[in-house]
Amino acid sequence: MNNYSTFGTALHRLAILCYVLFALFPLFWLLKVSVTPNDLLYSEGVRMWPSRMSFEHFRFVLAHSAFPVFFRNSMIVAGATAVIVTLLASLSGYALSRFTFRGKYWLVALMLLTQMFPLVMLVAPIFKMLSPLGLTNSLTGLVVVYTAFNIPFATFLMQSFFDGIPKELEEAAKIDGATQFMAFRQIVLPLTLPGIAATLGFVFTAAWSELLFALMLISGNSAATFPVGLLTFVSKFSVDFGQMMAAGVLALIPACLFFLFIQRYLVQGLTAGAVKG
Amino acid sequence: MASIDIRNVRKNFGIVSVLHGVDLSIENGEFVVLVGPSGCGKSTLLRMIAGLEEVTEGEIRIDGMRVNERAPKDRDIAMVFQSYALYPHMNVAENMSYGLRIRKAAREKITAAVSNAARKLELQPLLARRPKALSGGQRQRVAMGRAIVRQPKAFLFDEPLSNLDARLREQMRAEIKKLHRDLGATSIYVTHDQIEAMTLADRIVAMHEGVVQQVGSPLQLYDRPANLFVAGFIGSPAMNFLSARYEVGAGTAGARLPDGTLIGLSSGYQLEEGAAVTLGIRPEHVEMSPGSESSLRATVDLIEPTGFGIILHLGLHGLPFNVFTLERAALTAGPTVTVAFPPQHLHLFDETGMRALESSLQKGKG
Ligand SMILES: Nc1ncnc2c1ncn2[C@@H]1O[C@H](COP(=O)(O)OP(=O)(O)OP(=O)(O)O)[C@@H](O)[C@H]1O
Ligand SMILES: [Mg+2]
Repeated sequence: MNNYSTFGTALHRLAILCYVLFALFPLFWLLKVSVTPNDLLYSEGVRMWPSRMSFEHFRFVLAHSAFPVFFRNSMIVAGATAVIVTLLASLSGYALSRFTFRGKYWLVALMLLTQMFPLVMLVAPIFKMLSPLGLTNSLTGLVVVYTAFNIPFATFLMQSFFDGIPKELEEAAKIDGATQFMAFRQIVLPLTLPGIAATLGFVFTAAWSELLFALMLISGNSAATFPVGLLTFVSKFSVDFGQMMAAGVLALIPACLFFLFIQRYLVQGLTAGAVKG
Repeated sequence: MASIDIRNVRKNFGIVSVLHGVDLSIENGEFVVLVGPSGCGKSTLLRMIAGLEEVTEGEIRIDGMRVNERAPKDRDIAMVFQSYALYPHMNVAENMSYGLRIRKAAREKITAAVSNAARKLELQPLLARRPKALSGGQRQRVAMGRAIVRQPKAFLFDEPLSNLDARLREQMRAEIKKLHRDLGATSIYVTHDQIEAMTLADRIVAMHEGVVQQVGSPLQLYDRPANLFVAGFIGSPAMNFLSARYEVGAGTAGARLPDGTLIGLSSGYQLEEGAAVTLGIRPEHVEMSPGSESSLRATVDLIEPTGFGIILHLGLHGLPFNVFTLERAALTAGPTVTVAFPPQHLHLFDETGMRALESSLQKGKG
């Protein structure tokens, strides 16, 4: 019995390890290429680590390319999208979770429907709509589009978090003297922090890495986001892999910082002890 | 402290009607217990008094003021939920003071109220803990504490003890009774538990399918149940029922069982000769002495010793029939026993299931 469970645990850990290695390998490769000097990139064959490291690519990307502009644009777009979507999705998710109202069924159906179209189909009509409004080639336009596309899923996500919070907590608060909104603000919202963190993270990364709309709606470097910017390292005759990977590594930093920041809210069990059974 | 008046209150959920006109007057300081089978609308009634459900029809008054349209926060009542509903992100002290804090009470007043309640409920060492670090009984106490710190007009309890184990439940039951004695607050208490209902209540309200069946003191409901439902619901093990026909002779009245046995009744009833009736007798009132006039033979199906007494599951003409006795001798009862029904303990219900009204017998003739 004991032997078996030790063996089982070992197997379990091994499986997780394999998965982690598998998931992290591309990131490792990104890092490896970014620190490989150009002259060694093709000459050394396939190696796990170059014989000589250099940060020349990073230096170049930061000092001589438009990358800092892309980076700033991406921060603005992803940050604004994440905040706006999470705010709206919290409110709509709460409404879907707690209230019954006319047309709720159809509203949910409609939101599901929007998730079914391949985005490529929508690029042309959206361009058509945004250009007379002056929203093409602008960060605001991107924020509007990303917000629209992320809200349905984020709403469902938030709804499921609200569903997990017992209704009685709010009822107790109301009897204690709170208004509906106070009960939401003081009781429900603090308990939904993990959900809010998850939604923020999800929307942020989705907006951060979106390429299709950014490519179609933005022309020129001034409003380009970082995924679009990465493509500038691809020239007609060659791809500058070293610089591209260096830019990629830099682009990972905010996403990592962001998750580091929200991870303490992602822990489970915040509602433990609220109700029994 | 307040009185609560419920006048012809109805509740529909969509097309489903759950309460069909409930009337109830609860006096200042009274402890009223609502009992009834699952789904009869007890919680719904309680939640309507709290303001968590809308009143479809009728009127609820607290202290003479109509509150139908008032939000829960403006009714000044407290409620203890079955699930306790403690705020998980607040510690015990914060949980208890939440109501006072959002009413912007003075800080000293809040501290005093919390420490006072904590002392009453022996929660002082736990004040800094979060609910998840408490046992079920402690959580229950915090829920009670949260209710009492505010000194509301009335307390509502929805099966507050049903998540506790039997021993803790007994202990908390006594605490609640003491608390009510000390605070004297108007309380409405929903429970499934017979003993809780009998021990706590000033008055019991027995409900069935959204209709109040009987309101009265615990002993009134036990001694003189108004109908078959109350008779069968109050008391454990439950009352035995036998169908019979009412017979009245010179100075005597009796109920004739289908097998021809005549069971003597202590008084006459306002019933027609030959009317179909249901005879009820509690298991603890059945006598097991042989030889009496209207005694019956019953087969023994099962013997259940409870320690305190013994429950005999009998078959009487093929129908199940229970007897509760304190006599240890019953443990070795043979395949059949003789049972007799003392007339003073018999309940008679008419065809509609209502308690039959007694009438004075004309003794003799002329
Ligand atoms: N929100 C609701 N929508 C529709 N029907 C409801 C709703 N709440 C309660 N009911 C119905 O109303 C009836 C009474 O419910 P209620 O919760 O008051 O019963 P109860 O007497 O408290 O039962 P229990 O002892 O099981 O708690 C039930 O048949 C229930 O299905
Ligand atoms: Mg209930």
